[in-house]
Amino acid sequence: MQVPAPFEYERATTVEHAIALRERLGEEARFIAGGHSLLPMMKLRLANPEYLIDINDLTELFYISEESDEIRIGAMTRHRELLDSELLAQYFPIFRDAEKVIADPVVRNRGTLGGSLCQADPSEDLSAVCNALDASCVIKSTTGERIVSMSDFHVGPYETAVGPAEMLTEIRFPLKANAGSAYEKVERRAGDWAVVSAGAAVWMDGDRIAGGRVGLAAVGPNTTLIGPVSEALDNVVPSEELYQLVGDIAAANCSPQTDQRGTEAYKTHLAMELTRRSLRRAVARAQGQEA
Amino acid sequence: MTTTEAPPEQERPIGFGRLLRKEDPRLIRGMGNFVDDIQLPGMLHLAILRSPMAHARIVSIDTSAAQAHPKVVAVITGADLAEQGLAWMPTLSNDTQAVLATDKVRFQHQEVAFVVAEDRYSARDALELIVVDYERLDPVIDVRTALNPDTPVIRDDLEGKTDNHIFDWETGDEAATAEVFNNADVVVSEEIIYPRVHPAPMETCGCVADVERVSGKLTLWCTTQAPHAHRTVYALVAGLPEHKIRIIAPDIGGGFGNKVPIYPGYVCAIVASLVIGKPVKWVEDRTENLVSTGFARDYIMKAEIAATKEGKILAVRSDVLADHGAFNGVAAPVKYPAGFFGVFTGSYDLEAAHAKMTAVYTNKAPGGVAYACSFRITEAVYMVERLVDCLAYELEMDPVELRLKNLLKPEQFPYTTKTGWVYDSGNYEPTMRKAMEIAGYEELRREQAEKRERGELMGIGVSFFTEAVGAGPRKDMDILGLGMADGCELRIHPTGKAVVRLSVKSQGQGHETTFAQIVAEEIGIPPEDIEVLEGDTDNTPFGLGTYGSRSTPVSGAAAALVTRKVRDKAQIIASGMLEVSVADLEWNKGSFSVKGDPSKSVTIQEIAMRAHGAGDLPEGIEGGLEAQICYNPSNLTYPFGAYICVVDIDPGTAVVKVRRFIAVDDCGTQINPMIIEGQVHGGLTDGVGMALMQMISFDEDGNCLAGSLMDYLIPTALETPDWETDSTVTPSPHHPIGAKGIGESATVGSPPAIVNAVVDALKPYGVRHADMPLTPSRVWEAMQGNHTPPI
Ligand SMILES: Cc1cc2nc3c(=O)[nH]c(=O)nc-3n(C[C@H](O)[C@H](O)[C@H](O)COP(=O)(O)OP(=O)(O)OC[C@H]3O[C@@H](n4cnc5c(N)ncnc54)[C@H](O)[C@@H]3O)c2cc1C
Repeated sequence: MQVPAPFEYERATTVEHAIALRERLGEEARFIAGGHSLLPMMKLRLANPEYLIDINDLTELFYISEESDEIRIGAMTRHRELLDSELLAQYFPIFRDAEKVIADPVVRNRGTLGGSLCQADPSEDLSAVCNALDASCVIKSTTGERIVSMSDFHVGPYETAVGPAEMLTEIRFPLKANAGSAYEKVERRAGDWAVVSAGAAVWMDGDRIAGGRVGLAAVGPNTTLIGPVSEALDNVVPSEELYQLVGDIAAANCSPQTDQRGTEAYKTHLAMELTRRSLRRAVARAQGQEA
Repeated sequence: MTTTEAPPEQERPIGFGRLLRKEDPRLIRGMGNFVDDIQLPGMLHLAILRSPMAHARIVSIDTSAAQAHPKVVAVITGADLAEQGLAWMPTLSNDTQAVLATDKVRFQHQEVAFVVAEDRYSARDALELIVVDYERLDPVIDVRTALNPDTPVIRDDLEGKTDNHIFDWETGDEAATAEVFNNADVVVSEEIIYPRVHPAPMETCGCVADVERVSGKLTLWCTTQAPHAHRTVYALVAGLPEHKIRIIAPDIGGGFGNKVPIYPGYVCAIVASLVIGKPVKWVEDRTENLVSTGFARDYIMKAEIAATKEGKILAVRSDVLADHGAFNGVAAPVKYPAGFFGVFTGSYDLEAAHAKMTAVYTNKAPGGVAYACSFRITEAVYMVERLVDCLAYELEMDPVELRLKNLLKPEQFPYTTKTGWVYDSGNYEPTMRKAMEIAGYEELRREQAEKRERGELMGIGVSFFTEAVGAGPRKDMDILGLGMADGCELRIHPTGKAVVRLSVKSQGQGHETTFAQIVAEEIGIPPEDIEVLEGDTDNTPFGLGTYGSRSTPVSGAAAALVTRKVRDKAQIIASGMLEVSVADLEWNKGSFSVKGDPSKSVTIQEIAMRAHGAGDLPEGIEGGLEAQICYNPSNLTYPFGAYICVVDIDPGTAVVKVRRFIAVDDCGTQINPMIIEGQVHGGLTDGVGMALMQMISFDEDGNCLAGSLMDYLIPTALETPDWETDSTVTPSPHHPIGAKGIGESATVGSPPAIVNAVVDALKPYGVRHADMPLTPSRVWEAMQGNHTPPI
């Protein structure tokens, strides 16, 4: 049995309480959400927080709701709910694609959207999803809240824009007309982290792609939005050639490293291949044909 | 086909047949009793400090801060052990291994010091308070450089050691083999690597040591597959008198060879209990298990096969470089430093064969255990089955056709191989044909041809293996001087219930059921009336334990023979009860009756009561109904099987999907077909792991990169198809019930079938060989024409 170093533990009762605790206890305190990233790190003693602030009682952060022009998801919403949500499946099928290949049911029952984004693991799947969907993050502190776009949220591997006295409370996803999205992942084994994964989102204007975004995981220091892809997807007619072109752009704009999951060349190839596949499927979905 | 249903209650066999496992109600309900479940009053907890470096001199160790921790009872270093002469211990292959490092560390995560504390958390916390000053030395990680003259010497503790060489070994006739190769039409060579893998049992290793203060008796609850062998080794090494050592192996959560060696942690716990006078528990964590305990494989095999252009295989030879890590901890009979690698001649009729091997030290964890491989047979079978496929590739022949052409014929058995192994029995072709029939082999090939036209990648892989299990004849097999024979004792109680005691130890294989069925078959007492006892050296007869698929071949034989001995006595008692001569009695599985008059009979239960009762017994017969024997096998047994694997590969991502897997096994007489299927399912799953995803790898500094199950992957149900299992039955001629052993067949036979299937799928890319593990990346690299050795 792997055992963590000693720590103190408190259950927060409200968001304000949680943030106040965090402000008081400082850098040595950590929120614990689903615990499926934090606890393994603590057991391996890669993380040794002195205080854990448990935010699992903050029921106000468990929700998926539809507003006029966006979907809002509370930071404590679990993988399981993201997988099961019909609302998300309807607007953003990329979620269900991704959730089906994230970890296993035991992890999905506990792990949260907020925890996933805040962990900022370069191979994290939901960050790629949020990048593709142009999400923005609501970050709260005792003095108020601020909204940070997904592209500014991750500032390095395992580092986010959330300050020591702040908390991620909500993630917002803009609704666009005639949209489609999809997720593709290659893993060595079910429940394994991505060798590479790619999420694509497009919105159509008639037969043309009005715009689109691609987010990749495990191809660099952070899950990344591939900027040049958005340019290539600006008002174009979908075609196999386009998917290939966009795939090539994705491959040219990532910087994977050789490790046990795969070689740099293979991962670069996957960036192309998975971008192509997810884009093809996203377009088909936007056009009302499931591919 | 696979059926895992149990037969209905009323059809429960008294003897062989499908029967639910007796141990499962306990195990499935979480009511087993494992080492970590043992709680003793006043028990302390031990944690081990391990080296962060692969090769370094220990300059100093400061334990003062750890000693000062309020809950710490003791902190012990290698220097402390050295004072007692306990810093080093022998390995299973007569090398020495540091219990705690004294001079230098020789692999990352080597044991350096230990802490004993009041609870597990404090013990672990105190490790962080020990300060060790290391002086880094260049590590030897690439096995191919281990023997270079300028390479650092790892084992400078061994007197006069000036290099990293452990042993050279060879088998077969080198000159005769060279002659055949020189004259052959076709010679195919390939470097075939079996990477380092780990048994990774669900339960990690651990123990509770309790030295009683007054009597000095040590009781050690331990995760051991070989409790008796361990007891003797402790007696010989630690100087504890053997009758003052009791080893108890309670429920064991998987072993696969990982629980054969004696690990430093066990010795540390014993020393701690001895010194402190309280029970001490040590249970390693997952990382410790993966990075420091017995690995398996790690062979680089330069292999060659010679044949006629018509596809008659003539000879096989190989030159192997074996990485044994920092201490030679190979678990194999002493005369077999390369285990049973000699069966690399496979299932084929050859004219000549030769193999040589060089084993070396590297700065990696020690071991080399029989991980579900019957002593290196996995490597041997993998090599020859890959080679045969390489030959088929060159000859443009169907790999099944090539095998059928060369398989040994039934009339050739017993068959002596060119390396001197005597295969006991075999009837190979029907087994191969049965597998083909289940697979629909011809149809699969047609489908493959169509798919290839369309650019789809489908592969069909075949392997035919022969194993050598049940070590072994004591005339030439021993471990540290202990003959590989096993005892068995059977007692029939007055009411006709029984207890059978064995020297082996189940790690989940179902011994409580299998051995009860063997006794039941021989004496007609229902299996549920027979208690099977194992794993307590005070209460079971001596023997060498469970590994290398030896439980059924050796102890299964012992169980049958001891029961026959009891039955012979029962017959004499029955003759008295029925007042006829012994020769006039007939045995009807459970009762003796008078020949020609079935109405006159006595049941075994009645005989048991008479044996313990007050009435007269025939002259010269003592009361009681029990016996004990020690079985020394006259030969190994040779199970075999034909496996066919079908894979689909996504050409865009190179992801391999195992679509079908057909396993036809022949393990001789079957005791419980359900247990056999279970063993095969497990082994096949294991094979998927090795073939597609597993490797214990290291970076160039010797850091182990497989320290968690996130890095060292265990396959799940999603990576495995619905196994299609079947069998043929060719009994062993020398085993009392004809059984051959099944524990490891599937782990041995499946990796080559899977790799052969993947390579077959990649034929359009001109791929003839690719090394395991065939992760998507490695498959993709092979498709690009890049050969990427896994080491
Ligand atoms: C076996 C296994 C397999 C996995 N496989 C995958 C996979 O394939 N793909 C994948 O993407 N993920 C995978 N994961 C990760 C899993 O999805 C995690 O649960 C998730 O990444 C983190 O969510 P959590 O709620 O458990 O976070 P926690 O572990 O509780 O927290 C993670 C970090 O985020 C911080 N944090 C949490 N919530 C907030 C908040 N609201 N505001 C500020 N900081 C916060 C914590 O302080 C901590 O530093 C796997 C995990 C396991 C154990």
